[in-house]
Amino acid sequence: MSFEPRIVGILCNWCSYTGADLAGTSRMKYAPNVRVVRVMCSGRMDPTLVLKAFQEGADGVLLAGCHIGDCHYISGNLKTLRRIPLLKRVLVELGIEPERLRLEWVSASEGARYQGVVNEFVEQIRSLGPLDLEARRLPATASAS
Amino acid sequence: MKRVSIDPITRLEGHGKIEIFLNESGDVENAYLQIPELRGFEQFCVGRPVEEVPRIVTRLCGVCPAAHHLAAAKAVDAVYKVEIPSAAKKLRELYYNVYYVYDHTLHFYYLGAPDFVVGPDADPAKRNVLGVIEKVGLEIGKKVIEHRRYAQDLQIMMAGRSTHPVWCIAGGVSKGLTKENVVELQEKGKKCLEFALFTLQVFDDLVLKNKGYVDLILSDAYRLEVGDMGLVDAQNRVNFYDGKVRVKDAAGREVAKYSAHEYLANVAEHVEPTSYLKYPFLKARGWKGMVEGKESSIYRAIPLSRLNVADGMATPRAQEHYQRMYKTLGGKPAHQTLAIHWARLVELLYAAERWLELAADPEILSQDVHTIPTETPAEGVGIVEAPRGTLTHHYVTDANGIVTKANLIVGTTNNYAPISMSVKKAAQGVLKGKEPNDGLLNMVEMAFRAYDPCFSCATHSLPGKMPLEVKIFGPDRQLRQVFKR
Amino acid sequence: MANAKLKVGMYWAASCGGCDVALLDIHEKILDVVAVADLVFWPCAMDFKVHHVEAMPDKHIDVCFISGAVRNSENEHMVKLLRRKSKVLCAFGSCAHIGGIPGLANFWDRQSIFQTVYHASPSTENPKGTVPVERFKVAEGELTLPHLYDTVKTLGQTIDVDYFLPGCPPNPDQIAAVIGVIAAGKAPAKGSVVGASERAMCEECPRKKTELKFKSFKRRHLTHPDPEVCFMEQGIVCVGAATRSGCGWRCIGSNMPCRGCYGPLPSVHDQGAKMLSAIAACIDADTPDDVERILDTMPDPAGTFYRFGLPASMLRRRQRGQDGREAR
Ligand code: SF4
Ligand code: SF4
Ligand code: SF4
Ligand code: FES
Repeated sequence: MSFEPRIVGILCNWCSYTGADLAGTSRMKYAPNVRVVRVMCSGRMDPTLVLKAFQEGADGVLLAGCHIGDCHYISGNLKTLRRIPLLKRVLVELGIEPERLRLEWVSASEGARYQGVVNEFVEQIRSLGPLDLEARRLPATASAS
Repeated sequence: MKRVSIDPITRLEGHGKIEIFLNESGDVENAYLQIPELRGFEQFCVGRPVEEVPRIVTRLCGVCPAAHHLAAAKAVDAVYKVEIPSAAKKLRELYYNVYYVYDHTLHFYYLGAPDFVVGPDADPAKRNVLGVIEKVGLEIGKKVIEHRRYAQDLQIMMAGRSTHPVWCIAGGVSKGLTKENVVELQEKGKKCLEFALFTLQVFDDLVLKNKGYVDLILSDAYRLEVGDMGLVDAQNRVNFYDGKVRVKDAAGREVAKYSAHEYLANVAEHVEPTSYLKYPFLKARGWKGMVEGKESSIYRAIPLSRLNVADGMATPRAQEHYQRMYKTLGGKPAHQTLAIHWARLVELLYAAERWLELAADPEILSQDVHTIPTETPAEGVGIVEAPRGTLTHHYVTDANGIVTKANLIVGTTNNYAPISMSVKKAAQGVLKGKEPNDGLLNMVEMAFRAYDPCFSCATHSLPGKMPLEVKIFGPDRQLRQVFKR
Repeated sequence: MANAKLKVGMYWAASCGGCDVALLDIHEKILDVVAVADLVFWPCAMDFKVHHVEAMPDKHIDVCFISGAVRNSENEHMVKLLRRKSKVLCAFGSCAHIGGIPGLANFWDRQSIFQTVYHASPSTENPKGTVPVERFKVAEGELTLPHLYDTVKTLGQTIDVDYFLPGCPPNPDQIAAVIGVIAAGKAPAKGSVVGASERAMCEECPRKKTELKFKSFKRRHLTHPDPEVCFMEQGIVCVGAATRSGCGWRCIGSNMPCRGCYGPLPSVHDQGAKMLSAIAACIDADTPDDVERILDTMPDPAGTFYRFGLPASMLRRRQRGQDGREAR
């Protein structure tokens, strides 16, 4: 059975969401695997959200915000720029491949870029395989034999 | 075959159970002390920055966190090859003696005394510290609580917390003392010294003046002839914080004397399928099983062992009591398991005296208490004498100081084989030809409690409690009866 | 009913015993407790055995405190038994609350722990490769051991818990206060965290904070920090921002940074994720390379942010690859 990655995309309202929208309205073809969550700014992309996505069954998480310098709240994306590398380091220790989390800067006019990022990311996750936390989690509390 | 299980063994820190098998004539065929827990500190210290280890491994045991804190700190100093300031060394030793006063008080009154003061066959509901207080009077009970408190409060003052201190770091300690701190240490130290003397008097009055108890102490059921281990200073006197590990065999001959980094050449651990805890033994002699005698590779590391391996105590009053104890017991080495309680009180006195000595040293006011390490971290072993036995921590790190290997031989672990042997002997002696009952089973447990075993820490590997459940199996191995005290 | 004595139990699951010591550390107040309560089960200090508990009618114990995480089948059996026998059940200390230090084992598993302890340890002489087994026949009969789990669980992940008293161990003053409240019949809402504040450690910490920005992390033992100034401001990782206060900032007062034993703040689902955000916000870098360079100076972020709370975190433990390999 072929594996269709489930990806949660968390997009900033001002640039990336609009960019994604543009890709859609321009009828660019891209993989349908990303379920989008819109937040007001990448600065609101709390690591807890990312963990929650993985916990609830996402195989990958795509974060996208305005290019550095373009954040509508001035430094929201700078926070993200500092936070996500740290989150990746923690994910490695928790046994989740850091490649399952991707941070990209996509402006409102970059529909094609969004298309490229999504397609590439879906393929990357496809090659990593399902995260399948439930199955991979060790037999947590196997009762006494 | 009848089977008697004591599960959980109570009034000791950690889980465990004793299984006793009786043969057709009702005599004890064999007894097993099993430790059902394993936590795996050796594994999960791996990956942690080594400087964090002294504040992680305290959780091996909530009763002797100070011992783990210091052993780990000494190991981490060695990992960084850093010589700590002399003031820091004195502070650590002072702190450790304060801790000893606390711990030995706790053991004697809360864990050990119920057997002597309330009586081995008293109602289980009374066989505890509250029962002790009832018996000796609220006045004394309050005194016990008060002195235990002094020592606990001073540990908080010095090390931030009483249970699970955070104070020792690679290169020294995190903060020094103020003048007021020192005054408090001196005042409370005097009180604790008085209290130690008082406690020895209590032991005299309640135990030594009671022929029944003295006979019990001297009886064969509570005697075990194995080797001894303990830390000694340059003059071969007892020291808890630093020195060399000295080992003597059951005949009292010195068979080893080693520094921390040489531990692997001297001790090894044996694995049995019936317990999560390993059995240490003297490496040069090899594992010969749980046998007594001068050739045995089993040793004990308990207060009595420390006194047995040492030439004496470093403080005057403790030395007097040391001599008196050996006179009463019939010379060195002493092998009477219940005399561990007495040895513990001699140590209590020493700890209080040493505390006062160090508290009077002007150097402890120095604020030069931490040397910043400069060497590349690599590997180190730290040894201190925990109240329940010689404690060894060993860490290997990468060049960034991240732990890659950890190995621990914990106080109580040293005593695992001897405790098992003592339990069996006591069971054989006490239960001989008698139907097991609650009081008799408690007398079996007493053998074990004398060690003040702390399976919480031994199972640093896993923690536990010790219940007592006695299952009687008929010769057909069918369960006939269950005694649960 | 009003003047009947309260029946109180205290049990240790996978615990270090420090929580029991902390209960003794209420010192003379223990005599007040005994005046209003009968201790009906406390293996650390009293001679009651499991069969005494088994013989109790259900809901016989008014308040039962349980310390320690759930690590093996015996822990699980005992806490389930005590749940049945108790009216009110309180998780006592970090291990029961969020997994505690033993929860660091969730970075590993049973197999790797066995390998290290029984085979690889340099002091172990085990030519036959013996390991403890759950059932073993000896000449006289069969001996059993509990099953060690791969994953450490919190108490709340094992049984229904009424209250959580955080801390490793809890601050004795807080213990006394909580017992007082419960004894007075003024029980807080089910599921509450008791004996701690609702605010972050940083809000109560007396160290001076001005501007939290740094270009590299510093390790505590390689510095002489200013005892008046916030650790984070000095580049030393302190997890006070993601930790509930209530301990009386014990470590900080000892010139050591907080490691989070009081657990996450109210409404925080993952203490580590929260701390990660707080720390990242202080990194003074605007390019990915600079960020990485600064992060390289912080060892073991996961083991620091989840020092006490890995089992209670959203992912609970380190995951393994589908084929059982570590996903690195
Ligand atoms: S919370 Fe801390 S003190 Fe309590 S049992 Fe766990 S490790 Fe020990
Ligand atoms: S980070 Fe630590 S030192 Fe700084 S204010 Fe918070 S608790 Fe205090
Ligand atoms: S300062 Fe932090 S780690 Fe220390 S006791 Fe308080 S909450 Fe626990
Ligand atoms: S508004 Fe788009 S990243 Fe801040």
